[in-house]
Amino acid sequence: MSGSPQPGSAPRILVFSTINISDPGIDLAGSRHLEYPATVQTMPVPCSSGLKPSWLIHALEKGFDGVFVASDGEECSYLPDCAERTSHIIAKTQELMAAKGIPAQRLKMAAVCSVCAEPFAKYMIEFSEALKRLDADASVAS
Amino acid sequence: MTEQKPAEEAKANPEDRRIGVYICHCGGNISDYVDVEAVRDALVDEPGVVVSTTELFACSDGTQHDMIDAIKAKGLDGLVVASCSPKLHQVTFRNVANRAGMNPYAYTQANVREQASWAHQHDRAGATEKVIGLVRSAVAKTRLSDELHPLRFDTVQRSLVVGGGITGLRAAIGLADIGLEAVVVEKAPEVGGWMGRFGASFPSEASGKDQIASLMAQIKDRRDITVYTSAELTSKAGTFGNYTVGITLHRDGGDKELSLDVGSIVVATGFDSYNPDDGEYGYGMDGVVTLPEFKELIDTAPAVGKLSYQGRPVRSVAYIYCVGSRQGAGGNEYCSKFCCTSAIHSSLLVNKIDPSIRQFHLYRDIRAYGKFELEYGASRGAGSTYLKFADDAPPTVEKLPKGGLGVTVTDLLTASREVILPVDLVVLVTGMVPRQNKSLIDLLKLPVGTDGFFNEIHPKLRPVETVVDGVMIAGCCQAPRTAAESVQAGLAAVAQSAALLKKGYAELEPLVAKIDPDKCVGSGECLSVCPYESITMIEWDGRQIASVDPSTCKGCGGCVPLCGVDAIDLLGYTDAQMRSAIEELISAEAPTKAEAVKEPVS
Repeated sequence: MSGSPQPGSAPRILVFSTINISDPGIDLAGSRHLEYPATVQTMPVPCSSGLKPSWLIHALEKGFDGVFVASDGEECSYLPDCAERTSHIIAKTQELMAAKGIPAQRLKMAAVCSVCAEPFAKYMIEFSEALKRLDADASVAS
Repeated sequence: MTEQKPAEEAKANPEDRRIGVYICHCGGNISDYVDVEAVRDALVDEPGVVVSTTELFACSDGTQHDMIDAIKAKGLDGLVVASCSPKLHQVTFRNVANRAGMNPYAYTQANVREQASWAHQHDRAGATEKVIGLVRSAVAKTRLSDELHPLRFDTVQRSLVVGGGITGLRAAIGLADIGLEAVVVEKAPEVGGWMGRFGASFPSEASGKDQIASLMAQIKDRRDITVYTSAELTSKAGTFGNYTVGITLHRDGGDKELSLDVGSIVVATGFDSYNPDDGEYGYGMDGVVTLPEFKELIDTAPAVGKLSYQGRPVRSVAYIYCVGSRQGAGGNEYCSKFCCTSAIHSSLLVNKIDPSIRQFHLYRDIRAYGKFELEYGASRGAGSTYLKFADDAPPTVEKLPKGGLGVTVTDLLTASREVILPVDLVVLVTGMVPRQNKSLIDLLKLPVGTDGFFNEIHPKLRPVETVVDGVMIAGCCQAPRTAAESVQAGLAAVAQSAALLKKGYAELEPLVAKIDPDKCVGSGECLSVCPYESITMIEWDGRQIASVDPSTCKGCGGCVPLCGVDAIDLLGYTDAQMRSAIEELISAEAPTKAEAVKEPVS
């Protein structure tokens, strides 16, 4: 990947959020000044069931070290089977990632509700650390 | 339906767009943690950017006027504001674009306060780099934006209320008061719902029956409210603001069909009471009743005298709380909210009938919030005994050899001793469950949560709206709540109906799915994945392709990834926009101070 982090630098993470549910939760994390790495970027979409696997792959190929789908979970107001649909998108993306040699750990999904400020900040810190370990392991292996 | 292939519109080269970028200091909320000048300078040479500037408060009236002037003077056809969350000011800046004659959907807001400056207060360089990426990404989306226009419909000044309980009837009066004709459809032969069945209620002690009668007396005086009983909503066609609904009136001689035009629909279908399984806390034994059954018993008792059950005097009562609520995984996990207070209030009514009746309340937690705390205190003062049991050690009920019932409970608050209470009556304090109404759910495409109640768009910010435009939910069909809270929700639905209909027209967001007819191979796969049935097959240029009805599409984009040939785009989130926006997010690097000395273009 073109954007692989320099040793010690924070991995770049793209978060796909949902306008009605998880994006307000991410806003709340900021409003409460809960800090997480500044290398986390967010892109809101109406519903996580509308994400194309090719977009997730595109992000990873263009230099993001990890992609995190902050889904609506059971709270989606559009689609009652949103969680299943999003899981299917994740599974399909991971198949494509495997074919391209991208480790599945670079893609994560979790339901983030509109008041899930602390869980979101925690997810970002943990995902960032996991990606660092992944890169460190890859360096050792090579 | 047949459509002809339209002439291709010439589309401007994205790099020839004329975009204005405004980076807000938000006082110091952003600029204290982000080098906004560096952001401004990083955007100067971005393709299509004509104006790149910073503002102390982008949302101020003065800056809005300056933006309008700049849009007109420089011929801008795109606008990006990097400021707070779009939840606060997206509408503000869309209106700025509109007032300046720019297409409002050529506006993109970059959320650089809640999602950058406030979250990275100790990483100025990192926050600045992040903001550059966010703004470039917003520019990329604007650069590839299409000219979109809201879909405008004339609105019918009439609302349909489904459900003639206290919430629906009060909402109907509210609708009429605000100048909208109201039509109430009630499935049962009588209006009133649960409230219409019961007597005294907290805090006024007014009878539920009397409150319903009072509402009906007001309705009878109004020519702008019509109530149909033994009636069902059986069809819905058209769009938000102008639905045509079919109502079936069940009459003695058969069914009669009625067709009406309505602008909005308020669903207030209420709840069902939890029905315990046979043997659940002794249910089915003589002397074990549910809360609604007990309330009817109280209502039929003399005001002062004896409380009787099946002709036998009741000298002692045990209430078992949380029956059918807070059941844990796989059951009804929610708290039904009203039942603690309803049981406490019932015990006070029992106390009035005969103060010598001994009353035991076996509870997990008492939820007597707000003013209900007063009746909780009054109940204890009047002699009710409260015993707390553990979640994993519920009471058991058995028949006693000498007659009557024995309730065994371990009281956590008195040395965890097991107590056997001999009582005449056991009241299971049953909660609310969602009413089964599949035909209505299918008809209105109502979103249902995992708990079975209807889902609003947002619990705090849009608490009575559903994703189905013009269809509101109110009362206990949405979640367990008290009668007062249900009426409040009903009146919120009234206000929302007025906001939608009183202008005389309504607009729908044009950010809907769109099929590329050249790519679509007519497989029809997308038809089955849209729960709103917004996608149909049409004949187009001599072949069958899918087509989206923009008036019923909700803009979720759920169909987009399921198209095998990538023929579906969600407007505002097209494939090209998403890819470009992703690329711009990752390309950001904060310019060094030496590079950041260029004058802004503005």
